[in-house]
Amino acid sequence: MKLPILTTLTAALLSTTALADEIWVTNEKDDTISVIDIETMEVVRTIETGERPRGITFSKDYSVVYICASDSDAVQVMDPNTGKILYDLPSGEDPEQFVLHPDNRHLYIANEDDAITTVVDTQTRTVVAQIDVGIEPEGMAVSPDGKIAITTSETTNMAHWIDTETQTLFANTLVDSRPRHAEFTKDGTELWVSAEIGGTISIFDVATQTEKAKIDFEIDNIHPDRVQPVGFEFTNGDTHAFVALGPSNHVAVVNTETYEVEDYILVGRRVWHLAFNRDRTQLFTTNGVSGDVTVIDVASRKAIKSIKVGRFPWGAAFRPTE
Amino acid sequence: MLQTHLACAFCGVLALGLAAPALAQVNVDIHYIKQVVAPPPTLSNLDPIPEDLGVRGAELGLEDNTTTGRFLGQTYRLTMTDVPEDGDFAAAVRAALADSALLVIDAPMAQLLEAADLPEAAEALFFNAGAADVALRADQCRAQVLHTIPSYAMKADALMQFFVARRWDEIALIAGDRAEDVAWADTLETSARKFGLTFGARKTWAFDADMRRNASQEVPLFTQDLGDYDVLLVADAADDFARYISYNTWRPRPVAGSEGLRPVTWHRVVEAWGAAQLQSRFEDLAGRPMLDRDYAVWAAMRAIGEAVTRTGAADAATLRSYMLSDAFELAGFKGRPLTFRTWNGQLRQPIPLVHERALVAQAPLEGFLHQRTELDTLGLDQPESGCAAFEN
Repeated sequence: MKLPILTTLTAALLSTTALADEIWVTNEKDDTISVIDIETMEVVRTIETGERPRGITFSKDYSVVYICASDSDAVQVMDPNTGKILYDLPSGEDPEQFVLHPDNRHLYIANEDDAITTVVDTQTRTVVAQIDVGIEPEGMAVSPDGKIAITTSETTNMAHWIDTETQTLFANTLVDSRPRHAEFTKDGTELWVSAEIGGTISIFDVATQTEKAKIDFEIDNIHPDRVQPVGFEFTNGDTHAFVALGPSNHVAVVNTETYEVEDYILVGRRVWHLAFNRDRTQLFTTNGVSGDVTVIDVASRKAIKSIKVGRFPWGAAFRPTE
Repeated sequence: MLQTHLACAFCGVLALGLAAPALAQVNVDIHYIKQVVAPPPTLSNLDPIPEDLGVRGAELGLEDNTTTGRFLGQTYRLTMTDVPEDGDFAAAVRAALADSALLVIDAPMAQLLEAADLPEAAEALFFNAGAADVALRADQCRAQVLHTIPSYAMKADALMQFFVARRWDEIALIAGDRAEDVAWADTLETSARKFGLTFGARKTWAFDADMRRNASQEVPLFTQDLGDYDVLLVADAADDFARYISYNTWRPRPVAGSEGLRPVTWHRVVEAWGAAQLQSRFEDLAGRPMLDRDYAVWAAMRAIGEAVTRTGAADAATLRSYMLSDAFELAGFKGRPLTFRTWNGQLRQPIPLVHERALVAQAPLEGFLHQRTELDTLGLDQPESGCAAFEN
């Protein structure tokens, strides 16, 4: 009598994990990843990682997930199906954030304590290059054509432009205080860099590496000092950017044509990074201080749910499950 | 007199892939001058003051500036001078001024004023990283002196905001009998009244007994006649007797000020806002945690670095006017940009309230509002400063 029930249950469990897409969230102070089922908007799995997990990204085919385990001084490579750590990559000390090159092979890693960007070949598991950058490197980006990698350094207040062929710097551009995150637009013509303490996003023309615009944020009844842009993501077609504004507890919606801020959305406390679902209709934000994830409906620009995760959620990454 | 020159390992390696615009070479010379002050004898030897206090902050500031500078063709040189107890401070400052107009001063108020009033100092830019005296931000201010160390008033206000938030409305105080203790106690008293708290009994600690043996007998008796109160403040600038007060008071009450809950410039328990990175860089360099004075010296070095980065200049006049402008902001790992008050040259900054094991709160606390910035709820605001030297 018991057997059929068990089988049905197992089948049901398998089918849910197989169907629903997921958002993976690193919990900096819990040494875990919370896996959110996008369908049910609940945490369905909690996976242990190395110490102080922050940056998280999947390989292009989603067969492995890379995790910056900062205090373990390692980039861990995990099988997302089993949650088992397969092996560590040599990463340099205190890896905080990284970006995977479009070749699906080279990881560009910011070594926060060492003022270095480390380039690792994920196939041979060796360090290809180490590049001296400014103090406290953090934001990482690669241009869509793969020719340029960017590191931003928080204390030096620069975006460092790396030629990925020679693995050397070819430009260093000043931005406002404490740059945190960098992204290229999909056509590769613009680089956006957020400055947490400066309270701005600088937009660079990639061809000339010169600043072409700067975005300021202003929220009613919140002192500008508290409006601190950190992570941001572009919507479908790059029409808008959603910008996490740290301790102001808001996400800004920026028009990428006019560079004007159209909306501010209230989310959890100290909003940090963000990840979209598959069709970019929903956005998931990590809220460090409140220890939760806010789900934003992109079309209506409203927060529709908050999901409790671990302590100090930091990074977020989308995982399709079919 | 001990003098050390530091330049950085990177200075020879300027070719680091500088493609774009040809950058003008800028050389920045900074002098750090420390007056060695023998700490008064204390009952406990558990926490000696590190001999390299402040010095390590200067070194880290130099490293930070140099790393940034190498991408911009800017080099930094730091000369550090220790003036011994019986040394001639003014002579050391005069010698430094012959070489550079950028001086970070780590000395008591008397020496700082002596230095700032030298005829040679008229066009210089000093950073006060050692003296918390309120007078230096008030009628004893000097136009060429900026302060990166918070004043006693800022620290006192930070504590009082916490008491208001907790509704610890009634305060008693014990102060040591040294001049610094009295000054700190007076500032606490003024601040308590400013925030509408009830300031009750105040007693002077003048015991010469060894409290390591008999605090549990003496302190309850000593605190018995303080009446009732919510929190006991202890003003003990030299860290002499304060540590023996906690848990020995007649009434079971929290202790704050120089012991228990303390307002600080910096402390190892400050971890948020990226501070963990500054802490670990300092620890790697110095082999000990970063302390108040290290932070103030580091902040002075970084303020210079930030102004040089943004202006491309190294002369005192340009740097001073940039630092006092709206454009200046320093990322000081305290959760918001740090700026200088234009009326007395004080670096605005949040004040962490800590105990030995954790951050309790950080002032300004929520709800203390100000028309300019909440940071101006701490310390001397423009109308009360009385500093005339900065009128511009």
